[in-house]
Amino acid sequence: MHSTPVCVKTNPSNMSLLQVKNLVVEFPGRRGILRALDDVSFDIAPGEILGVVGESGAGKSLTGAAIIGLLESPGRVASGEILLAGQRIDNLPHEEMRKIRGRHIGAIFQDPLTSLNPLYSVGRQLIETITTHLPMNASQARQRAIELLQDTGIPAAEQRIDHYPHQFSGGMRQRVVIALALAAEPQLIVADEPTTALDVSIQAQIITLLKSICKVRGAAVMLITHDMGVIAETCDRVAVMYAGRVAEIGPVHAVINHPSHPYTAGLMACIPDMTQDREHLHQIDGAMPRLNAIPRGCAFNPRCTQAFSDCRQTRPNLMRAGATQAACWLHQNESKSI
Amino acid sequence: MSQDLTPPLVRAIDLAKTFDVSAPWLNRVLERKPRQLLRAVDGVSFDIQRGKTLALVGESGCGKSTVARLLVGLYEATRGGFEFDGQDAHATFKTPAGRQLRRRIQMIFQDPYASLNPRWTVENIIAEPLLEHEILTEPDALKQRVGELLESVGLSALDKVKFPHQFSGGQRQRISIARALATEPEFLVCDEPTSALDVSVQAQVLNIMKDLQRKQGLTYLFISHNLAVVRHVSDQVGVMYLGRLVELADKHTLFDSPRHPYTRMLLEAIPKMHDTGRARVPVSGEVPNPLNPPTGCAFHPRCPFANARCKSEKPQMQRLNQVLVACHAVEENRM
Repeated sequence: MHSTPVCVKTNPSNMSLLQVKNLVVEFPGRRGILRALDDVSFDIAPGEILGVVGESGAGKSLTGAAIIGLLESPGRVASGEILLAGQRIDNLPHEEMRKIRGRHIGAIFQDPLTSLNPLYSVGRQLIETITTHLPMNASQARQRAIELLQDTGIPAAEQRIDHYPHQFSGGMRQRVVIALALAAEPQLIVADEPTTALDVSIQAQIITLLKSICKVRGAAVMLITHDMGVIAETCDRVAVMYAGRVAEIGPVHAVINHPSHPYTAGLMACIPDMTQDREHLHQIDGAMPRLNAIPRGCAFNPRCTQAFSDCRQTRPNLMRAGATQAACWLHQNESKSI
Repeated sequence: MSQDLTPPLVRAIDLAKTFDVSAPWLNRVLERKPRQLLRAVDGVSFDIQRGKTLALVGESGCGKSTVARLLVGLYEATRGGFEFDGQDAHATFKTPAGRQLRRRIQMIFQDPYASLNPRWTVENIIAEPLLEHEILTEPDALKQRVGELLESVGLSALDKVKFPHQFSGGQRQRISIARALATEPEFLVCDEPTSALDVSVQAQVLNIMKDLQRKQGLTYLFISHNLAVVRHVSDQVGVMYLGRLVELADKHTLFDSPRHPYTRMLLEAIPKMHDTGRARVPVSGEVPNPLNPPTGCAFHPRCPFANARCKSEKPQMQRLNQVLVACHAVEENRM
């Protein structure tokens, strides 16, 4: 669409850095089209950490992939818009998206071993990223790579820069991946389960690092995880996803302490508590529906203990529910009265 | 550990497993490399009373899974032994009576996607141990029993004609539990049974495991790195670090007043749910390379209380009230 390189500047009229509007992602298959993301909308402000939480298959990672422009074929954005600093990025040609990816959007994936090339030293990978996106020569880029490694807490960065990924431990590798994502000072970082493959003690180090980077550099972070504990301590706002839709979105303390959607409440109650003893954990019976068998009405209604006739007929959109927004008919009166 | 008069069902005595990870012989000769031994488990002792759950926790590479494999006989111990119901299990495994013993000890694995044969129906999967141990051979009786086992883990008896790919992760883990229960074992070794599952599914599986324990008097060794899960399921908790137990205590004692600095560090590192935005105290350092463990106490490079003695002398397990703990600082009251 655009022939000139896209120049992304902060749009002063709009505070959001990233806006996702009514995003629909579909996978055409032999037996029809599967709708994996259905009408997903949210936005992230600069310097904000938005958590995206949900069970496997809820569409969290797919949302991240759609934003980075790395949807796997045959997946496609069927409708909706993704705007970065006011500029549409969902319909850009491959080459233009490549320039944005890395430069304006950094990505951190779950497994630090597979996101690094085992045949190149980490320094070479960092320098390649830096020289691709920033006007620097090789020695300047090397200097910057060393600084990045230092910033992400790698000791003896001058020596470590020439080491290969297998010479680093899991936590150190994830620091290298974070350094790589930060190489071109992106405005947005999409972190997909960045701590899932790590032990708790290392997880705490990586989370602290992500938070401080977000604060110091003012980058917005979309943190995708299934771990509510990580969300609770890291995020400003959280979006809970279920069956390809946002079930609830709001400030993190409100969603965790006063969840409005029955699914969020159930999810929170499932987590074993460190402070009290319970003989039985709360459980949500059943499982998330498959994409080809999403029930009519609210996708959660067969598992919901509070479902009534409306829930089985019409699909609820996000509506105001206390301090958060929830896609649940239980809150229709509340939102009407406002 | 506990002072009960009844003998424990499971007793590990100074269990150790060393793996030889040396380079091939020719390389050793040409490159003058020494033999290299990895002490995955180095002198672990514990008792589990019948009907109780012992949980082992620790970071990756601390030897939890090796202990599990030693207890079911998948590995032979390098040193020490394991007594089951009063008999030396590792010696018995080698005799014809070992088959009987294997019936009484079963294992549930971590990944329900890898532990079920994708080309077998659920009926074949669950019936295999029954046929193998010649418990049931009649086709009708087998069908009946498989149906009962499936129902005992909350699945339908009609599910037996399906294949593993037709089930979700949580349902598959229930199939693994049904298979493990087929021989009516007394002792189940569960190696991270819920780590691959989502929280809501994890709750379902943990509830089933607790119900089965209550109904059938099962004894569990539960291995996990998730302390909240461990707190929910266990009676006793053992904390492992680099192949050794560093603290072994009753669940409440361990979580309410942890003694060993490593246990404190692990508990400190758990994200607190309802305390949003609270920064965790990040722990410095990482688990050292087990091929080249630190001298003395293996935890001393990360320990805020370490002194010269910790660097040179390996601490031994000592009983302090109801807690077994291996730490010089605790012993000398330095913390």
